[in-house]
Amino acid sequence: MAETGHRPVPVRAHEDPRWVQWTLTLTAVTVMVLLVVVPLVNVFVEAFASGPRVYWKNLFEDPDTPDSITLTLMVAPTAVILNLIFGLAAAWAIARFKFPGRAFLTALIDLPFTVSPVVVGLFLLLLFGLQGFFGPWLREHDIHVVFAFPGLVMATCFVTFPVVARELIPLMEALGAEEEIAAVSLGARGWQLFRMVTLPNIKWGLLYGVILCNARAMGEFGAVYVVSGHIAGKTDTMPLRVEKLFQEYNLPGAFAVASVLAMLALVTLLVKTTLEWKTRRELEENKRLLTLGGEA
Amino acid sequence: MSITVKNVTKSFGTFVALNDVSLEVPAGELLALLGPSGSGKTTLLRIISGLEAPDSGTVLYHDEDVTDAAVRERNVGFVFQHYALFRHMTVFDNVAFGLRVRSRPKAEIRDRVHELLRLVQLDGYERSLPSQLSGGQRQRVALARALAAQPKVLLLDEPFGALDAKVRQELRQWLRRLHDEIHVTSVFVTHDQEEAFEVSDRVVIMNHGKIEQVGSPAEIFEHPANPFVMDFLGNVNVFHGSVQSGRATLGNIEVAYPEYTDSESRAAMAFVRSHELEILRTKNGRPSLEAKVTHINPARPVVKVRVYSETFGVVLNVDLSWDRFTELGLVPGDVVQVSPRQMRVFVQDYVI
Repeated sequence: MAETGHRPVPVRAHEDPRWVQWTLTLTAVTVMVLLVVVPLVNVFVEAFASGPRVYWKNLFEDPDTPDSITLTLMVAPTAVILNLIFGLAAAWAIARFKFPGRAFLTALIDLPFTVSPVVVGLFLLLLFGLQGFFGPWLREHDIHVVFAFPGLVMATCFVTFPVVARELIPLMEALGAEEEIAAVSLGARGWQLFRMVTLPNIKWGLLYGVILCNARAMGEFGAVYVVSGHIAGKTDTMPLRVEKLFQEYNLPGAFAVASVLAMLALVTLLVKTTLEWKTRRELEENKRLLTLGGEA
Repeated sequence: MSITVKNVTKSFGTFVALNDVSLEVPAGELLALLGPSGSGKTTLLRIISGLEAPDSGTVLYHDEDVTDAAVRERNVGFVFQHYALFRHMTVFDNVAFGLRVRSRPKAEIRDRVHELLRLVQLDGYERSLPSQLSGGQRQRVALARALAAQPKVLLLDEPFGALDAKVRQELRQWLRRLHDEIHVTSVFVTHDQEEAFEVSDRVVIMNHGKIEQVGSPAEIFEHPANPFVMDFLGNVNVFHGSVQSGRATLGNIEVAYPEYTDSESRAAMAFVRSHELEILRTKNGRPSLEAKVTHINPARPVVKVRVYSETFGVVLNVDLSWDRFTELGLVPGDVVQVSPRQMRVFVQDYVI
């Protein structure tokens, strides 16, 4: 801001020189188009290249493909429900209680975001694989974790664990515990308190977290890749199926499955944007009520 | 339902919030806990309510020991400084909350909520959300909500603290009238002495986790127990001097002080309220000291005159009636005689 000295009015962000505005906008748009829009459009163009009939055939001719869609639609919601419970518990603990190790737990929640999913997969393999730590015990009880549904859910859960919790912690911290204390003073029990006071206040944020978690869960590749074992029709999720078809040079098939994934992503995006708007209003309303209330 | 607090102590880390506090609140009384911030008044209220547990000591409701009972078992009505209304619920649902969690029948809930909303003069607001109400209205909803389940005791934590002066004034008088109507044993916390004195039957003055004095507003105002209470009540001038053989000497002012007959001189403080000081043009034989008028503030209903006494090196605040002020015709710079009509002397073994 070298020019401030000569101008009576301080320079604000929107008064940056024209060329700066244009360069920045153009760069952002170019990157977006090249990396997001073109590939996305390409997926649909390639998928429908030979018309809808061929598209349909690509999706349903080989029973392994619809099986992979079904599997993904089972793994993702299971992981989401588990993470909803974990996320609520973690957010409640961090936002409402002061306990030793609270900062450590907060940091730990972010761990899955920083660890490579492949490492997570290997980790599960080492623990639950037949040669792994729990291997003998699992074999004895005939429980299949790795190369089976539970392994897929665990891998997905681990990778998407932070999503719900991270969405809820700031929201619950902004809300404060006052209403909950009031509810307790009025005689509410734990479940009544949660259902009647906490849940209505965080519902949009919670739903937003769930949608985001679901999006991540459906698209998860790395961790699932390691623990799946690629048993066609049994442990191949949609992303794995796309990769397999691609490796088999079945490009139309790969693009068809990819287009289904992309469509699910677009729906998620739409729902997410709506919820984001609702959550922001929720947060703003909370802040407004807090400032109206005066200083603590 | 009477409340008894016996030898309650509570610390937060190294900070002692309450130090062996005992207190009796007779059934049906409206009691104020008054003190500066950090005096322990809110902690005491929260311990009475069960929101906080004491380190030692007991709390009784009537004859029942409730020290270890959870808040929800005690059936108290608690009103928070920042209302703590349920923001997503209507006024009706807010007030009905305490009844719904107790699974009362629908018709009873409806009747009770309407009755309470009439009591707090908010009938017609059933469908409003808290965000659509003013601060004063919100606090009345909070009060109705606290009273809904017919609590044994009503506890209010700085209930008017977040409101502006005019609304505060109205709500104060309204709370007093409400209490006269429903007679539920009530304890409220405030740091505003005017509020405490205007609303309550009895006032408890607290400081540093201890109770300094308990009494009716008149008792406390007329007979402050110690320098802290005197000073906290405000509007006082402080003189430093000494006591010896039944006399207190404060500069050239001497008054009888029969409480201390020892011949050994001890430091003492004398407190004179602003309205207990008189301004004279000339000495009239009564003890007085010379001072110079530095500032005149004609704030109704009294004129507040500030004078500076060189002998003591202190600024004194004097309240004069308008008649007296006109009669004297004071202007800044005048040299006058200031004479105390009454003063309270405390031997200084007390550190504020």
